[in-house]
Amino acid sequence: MTTIKTAMPGVIYRRPSPEEEPFVREGETIEEGQTIALVEVMKNFNEVKADQSGRLTRFLVEDGDEVAISQDIAELED
Amino acid sequence: MSTRNGEVVVVGGGLHTTVQDTGRDGYYSLGIPPSGAMDRFSYRVANMLVGNPDGAAALEATYVGPTLEFTDDRRVAVTGASAPVTVNGEPVPTWQTVAVRAGDVLSFSMLTAGARPYIAISGGVSVPVYLGARSTYTLTGLGGFEGRRLADGDRLPLGEEELADPPEVGSTVEEALRPDLPDVTLLRTMIGLCSYRVTEESMRVFTSTEWKVTKDADRIGYRLHGGRFDFVDREPPHGAGSDPANVVDLGYPLGSIQVPGGDEPIVLLNDAVTAGGYATVGTVISTDLDRIAQAKTGDRVRFEPVDLRTALEARADRHARLERVRRALREQGARA
Repeated sequence: MTTIKTAMPGVIYRRPSPEEEPFVREGETIEEGQTIALVEVMKNFNEVKADQSGRLTRFLVEDGDEVAISQDIAELED
Repeated sequence: MSTRNGEVVVVGGGLHTTVQDTGRDGYYSLGIPPSGAMDRFSYRVANMLVGNPDGAAALEATYVGPTLEFTDDRRVAVTGASAPVTVNGEPVPTWQTVAVRAGDVLSFSMLTAGARPYIAISGGVSVPVYLGARSTYTLTGLGGFEGRRLADGDRLPLGEEELADPPEVGSTVEEALRPDLPDVTLLRTMIGLCSYRVTEESMRVFTSTEWKVTKDADRIGYRLHGGRFDFVDREPPHGAGSDPANVVDLGYPLGSIQVPGGDEPIVLLNDAVTAGGYATVGTVISTDLDRIAQAKTGDRVRFEPVDLRTALEARADRHARLERVRRALREQGARA
């Protein structure tokens, strides 16, 4: 099992906008390069992308959580 | 000297990477802030390491470093925030003169401390000079590379402004001369210009609180969270407006700390508005703007009141430290 980390600090969101569905739900399979969350910092929303493919088993953060650089965002099963 | 293509390819722009130099001085009164490298010490040392004249333009990244592909022989150095750096996948030291050749790719892993790495390339980034500087001011899109942060696929022109006697490849800056990157950043601060607008108790809170850097922290300013200010009752003077945080408009010193709503003070930095009508309770001394530049969202900062003499001594100390770096690099060259 590996994790997807954020490279930037800020506030994390799991959906593109409050009214929309999340980018990914727990248990879904994702592709390398796929966006799984947004991190708001410096007045921008920046995409957090998966650095490899796999099944996203669990999110380790909630919508609106503050995150730090290299913090684990989600668990991934190869 | 070999023939040069004279450019570097931006394979990945990172999060917010801009071309910066010592800044665009002289236009503050017209509303144009200086921009320029936020951590000037790290920026200057990066230039020294690659044999550039002082003031050559370099790259300032924020949180996520760029990926750069070289198209000719250059020296490159990474300073500032800590991050693992590789050339063609092989780790290379930071704070060191590194040789690269055409086709070499420099990349960053995630930052381990600090917020802003600096990347200097021998010859300097030779974007056009605008109003006396190559610094980028992204808010109005002037200077730097097309007035904006770097994007994937950009090709940056490189110059030939190199000193005759550059540091040897492998020259390094000893740890004792590098900046600390602490979890709590101490910011020496001169109290004023409008601290009379807030209560004594609020000023005590100001200097005793560990303030948290919010997500709204960039080259324009750092918004902080952790305490609140109460204002002294008054009859607003003509032109000040009725909001207790308002004063008659004044020029904001670089590094000044304003308190718009009484909570969440904002430290105004290199790309900030130059004047306005918010009470400013203090000014971070110029030397410590280097320190706040390496504080990141989620980090904590503290304000320590100092007098002008201490501020000037701090500035002299930083200058002396830079000269020690310059001398150490020359001595390493002489030994080689």
